[in-house]
Amino acid sequence: MLSKQTKEAFLGPLNANNPVLVQILGICSALAVTVQLKPALVMGISVTIIVALANVVIALIRKSIPMRIRIIVQLVVVAALVTIVSEILKAFAYDVAMQLSVYIGLIITNCILMGRLEAFAMTNNVKDSLMDGLGNGFGYAMILVIVAFVRELFGSGKLLGYQIIPDSWYEAGYSNCGMMLMPAMALVLVGCVIWAHRSINDKEGK
Amino acid sequence: MAKQFVCKVCGYVHTGDQAPDVCPQCQQSNCFEPLKKKGLSTDSNVYTITYATILVVIVAVMLAVVSQVLKPRQEANQRLDVQKQILTALNVDYTNADPAALYDQIVEEQTFGELPLYVATIDGATKYVLRLHGQGLWGGIWGYIALDDDKNTIYGINFGHESETPGLGAEITTENFRSRFFGKHINDTKGEFRSVAVLKSGKVAPEGQEQVDAWAGATITSTGVNDMLLNSLSEYTDFLRKEVNNAE
Repeated sequence: MLSKQTKEAFLGPLNANNPVLVQILGICSALAVTVQLKPALVMGISVTIIVALANVVIALIRKSIPMRIRIIVQLVVVAALVTIVSEILKAFAYDVAMQLSVYIGLIITNCILMGRLEAFAMTNNVKDSLMDGLGNGFGYAMILVIVAFVRELFGSGKLLGYQIIPDSWYEAGYSNCGMMLMPAMALVLVGCVIWAHRSINDKEGK
Repeated sequence: MAKQFVCKVCGYVHTGDQAPDVCPQCQQSNCFEPLKKKGLSTDSNVYTITYATILVVIVAVMLAVVSQVLKPRQEANQRLDVQKQILTALNVDYTNADPAALYDQIVEEQTFGELPLYVATIDGATKYVLRLHGQGLWGGIWGYIALDDDKNTIYGINFGHESETPGLGAEITTENFRSRFFGKHINDTKGEFRSVAVLKSGKVAPEGQEQVDAWAGATITSTGVNDMLLNSLSEYTDFLRKEVNNAE
């Protein structure tokens, strides 16, 4: 079975220590890919895979990394992984790669990755680091999906590209909320999720 | 560099020339021993530079190998993607067929000067497919336009983009937007090349130029499409004009 520490490494980031809601990391990409559900899903999965792999690699070599260039070493590892994932997508899932285009490259600059590598993988063993990477990836993906769900449903009346709001509503005077398509709305929605998350957690604390 | 001493009881590390008599942390006396360096110092300059060099070489080799191994597949994908775009521009449905075979069957690749030119035969009629390229809001946009053999009437068109906003600019690739161009003419009635204007609804193109509605909410992308049509088709001016002369 998993030890308590390993479990905490995985479950913490899903709720009490969520990278987006509590640490407010990775907001920039949460804003860019959440207009529709599909890119948000693929982005969430890609980030999960890359943060888990990068955590494992850094945890493996953590004792040999010279302290003065550790950030550069982390950056090189992340950049190499992202490039490889992007190349593999182009070779085997061309359509998905085209749809994500620049977003895959932007994973390199996602603060969650550097944050986890520096704060966790540098000082923990490989197994805990893997779980921490997976936990943070899922925690991030979860928020992306929630925000993208709301934005796509109210912004274009669709989910995953399929029409959800019936035509009869539009005939009755319903119209899509254009604001939802604007990047600013992603921040407002993330703010609302943080609000809900904090008020629930505060009650449990008392 | 000053010597370091470690407390055997609590692990407190003291830096200085001599070990203190009493440990300031656990208050034990005579508990210090000199701190021994374990293996290679990871702080030395030589180690840092060597480490960085080796890491970069390993990563470079790895990326080069991955890139070389996957290159044939990626190029095949890109070629197939272009073929699919051209088929879409020709309004050919390839969902139930092998796109590559279909493409080979109906499209012949030629060049006009340095420009790519695709000559297709659909139901016995000749169509010319020209390449378009321009700038959208966030990155490049491109397309293929299929003209009837009068080199004037738009038979079909297809757009692609790098990173236009999903739900707004990215909608230029939809059937809804593309079909607005079908049947429009790129020349005015005198046979002068005018392109097709992409304008917000309510605006009217100059006399003699045909127009389509822009995508609502995607002003800059629509303007990009407008400029792309004008600029890219202008590159083909000689090709388009030659045809008009031949017709006379």
